[in-house]
Amino acid sequence: MYDTIIIGAGMSGLAAGIRLAHYDQKVCILERHYTIGGLNSFYRMNGRDYDVGLHAVTNFTEKGAKKGPLARILRQLRFKWDDFSLSPQKGSRVVFPSAELRFNNDIELLRSEVARAFPSQVDNFEALIAKILDYDDLDQEAFEISGRQVLNSTITEPLLIEMILCPLMWYGNADSHDMAWGQFCIMFRSIFFEGFARPYKGVRLILKNLVKRYRSLGGELKLRHGVSKVIVDNGHATAIELDNGEIIEGKRILSSAGSLETMRMCSDVSEPDTSKAGAMTFIESISVLDREPAKIGNDDTIVFYNDSEKFNWHPPADDFCDTRTGVICSPNNYVYADEEGKLADGIVRITTIADFRRWNEMSDEDYARAKLKWYDKSVEASVRFTPDFRPYVIDTDLFTPKTIRRFTWHDNGAVYGAPEKKLDGTTHLDNLFLCGTDQGYVGIIGAMMSGISMANLHCLRP
Amino acid sequence: MVPTEIRDAIIDILADIAPDEDLSNLNDDQSFRDQMELDSMDFLDIVMELRKRYRVQVPEEDYVNLESMASTVSYLTPKMVAVA
Repeated sequence: MYDTIIIGAGMSGLAAGIRLAHYDQKVCILERHYTIGGLNSFYRMNGRDYDVGLHAVTNFTEKGAKKGPLARILRQLRFKWDDFSLSPQKGSRVVFPSAELRFNNDIELLRSEVARAFPSQVDNFEALIAKILDYDDLDQEAFEISGRQVLNSTITEPLLIEMILCPLMWYGNADSHDMAWGQFCIMFRSIFFEGFARPYKGVRLILKNLVKRYRSLGGELKLRHGVSKVIVDNGHATAIELDNGEIIEGKRILSSAGSLETMRMCSDVSEPDTSKAGAMTFIESISVLDREPAKIGNDDTIVFYNDSEKFNWHPPADDFCDTRTGVICSPNNYVYADEEGKLADGIVRITTIADFRRWNEMSDEDYARAKLKWYDKSVEASVRFTPDFRPYVIDTDLFTPKTIRRFTWHDNGAVYGAPEKKLDGTTHLDNLFLCGTDQGYVGIIGAMMSGISMANLHCLRP
Repeated sequence: MVPTEIRDAIIDILADIAPDEDLSNLNDDQSFRDQMELDSMDFLDIVMELRKRYRVQVPEEDYVNLESMASTVSYLTPKMVAVA
C-alpha cells in the first residue's frame, strides 16, 4: 500500500514525488512512456541530443532572488540555484507586419519599446501592468474572466493587444482565440516580469536532477507502466489498475495525466466529456546548422511572428498546419557561462500550429511524406522574420502532434492541456487530485510549482 | 534541548530549505519573511521539518509564533526541553 500514487513522470509528478518522499511517504510514480519528462522530455537521434518541448525556461530570476516561482520551487525541492544552471536569454522579439517589440529579462526594455512603437499607449500599458500585479493567483472566478475583455478595456490600440497576446498564448494558452485572464497574468509575469533562460545541457539536466533526488529519497519510479483504470468504490479511489492488469493500492492518487484523461480512467465515470479537451497542438521543425545562428545575423533568442495585424490563434481550419504565425527559437542565443562555452551545433527550432486529427489519421507512408512537406513549408514561412538559414542546414527533425501525444498521452496532443483549469486540483473523488497542465500552471517552472503545491495541499497536510 | 541548541536546529532547517542563503548574519529579532522572503509554503516546511526531525507538533493556530528566530526559539523551548 502506497501513501501516494502519482500518475505521470513529467515535471509536476517528479516535483510532487520529491516533496512526498522527502517527508517519508511511500510514493510510486507510474509513467506510460519509456522515458521521463512528458512534454518536457528529450531524445537522441543521429548522435545529437534534442529537447522535445523546451524553447525556454520561463520564470527566470537571477541567483540570489528570493521572490518568484523559481526561488520558491528551489526552496521547496531543496535545490541550489546552480543545480538548474540556467543561462539568461540574449533578447527576443514579437514581430507583426507593421510593428516590432523587442524584450528581454528586464521589463524596462519592453516598456521603452511600447513607448516607441505605441506612444499613445504608454499610460494604458502601465494600467495593464497594475491590473496584472493586482491579480490573485488562486481566485478561480478572477481566473476565468476573458483576457481579451480586460485588454480591450485597458488598451485602445488593437495591434498592441494582439502583439502582447501573441507570445503569451504561444507559451501557455490551451484555449483558442481568447485567453483566461488568470492564465494571461501568469504568463505575462513569467515571460515579461521574470524571463527566459535555458540550461546549457537542455532540459535533461533538470530532469536528471529531479529523478536523482527523488530516488535518493526512496521514491519509486516505474516507466512503461501505464495506468488504465482508477478503481472507485463509493466516491473513493481504492487502487489503480495498470495496462498489464496489475493492481496497485494507494491511500491517495495525484494525477498529472490531464483532467479528461484522468476522468476516463475512473471506473465510476462512463463517458467523460470530450468536448472539453484542448485542441492547440503543434509541429516543431528542428534544423541543425553548420554554423551558429549569430554568424548569419540571427541574434534573437525567441521570435514570435504573425503575418497579419490580427493574431490567429486557432487550430488550422482546413489544413495540416497554419503557418501564418509561429515561433523561432535559437538555443545558441543564450548567455552561457564561459566555462560551458558554445553549443556543439547551431540549432533553429520553428513551432507551427497543427491539426491533431489530420496528423493522426494518416498512413505511415503519408505521414513520412507530410513531415518532409511541412518541414519545408514551416521553415519557408519563418524566414520572412529571421535571416534565411536554409543554405546551412546539415540535419533536420520534425515532431508532430502524434509525437506529442506519445510523450504526454493528452487527448489531441494538446500541448497546454484543456482550456478549463482546476486550480484547487480536486476531483469528484475525495482522494484523487490533479496536478500538471490541467491544474493551471504551465511551463517547466509552472509544472513543478503545480506538483509542489498540490502535494502540499492535498497529500502532506497533517 | 536548550535555547541555543534549538536555535542551531532551526538554522539547520533553514539552511536545508534555502541552501543559497547566508545565515551567518541572521537578525534574530527581524521576521524571516522580511529577511528571507519566506512565504506560507516555507513556514509549512519549517513545521514539517520539526515534526520529521524532532517529533514536535506545531498546530496551525501557533504558526504566528514562528515569525522570527527569537519568537520561534521562545515558543519551542518548552516543547523541546525533553528532546535530546
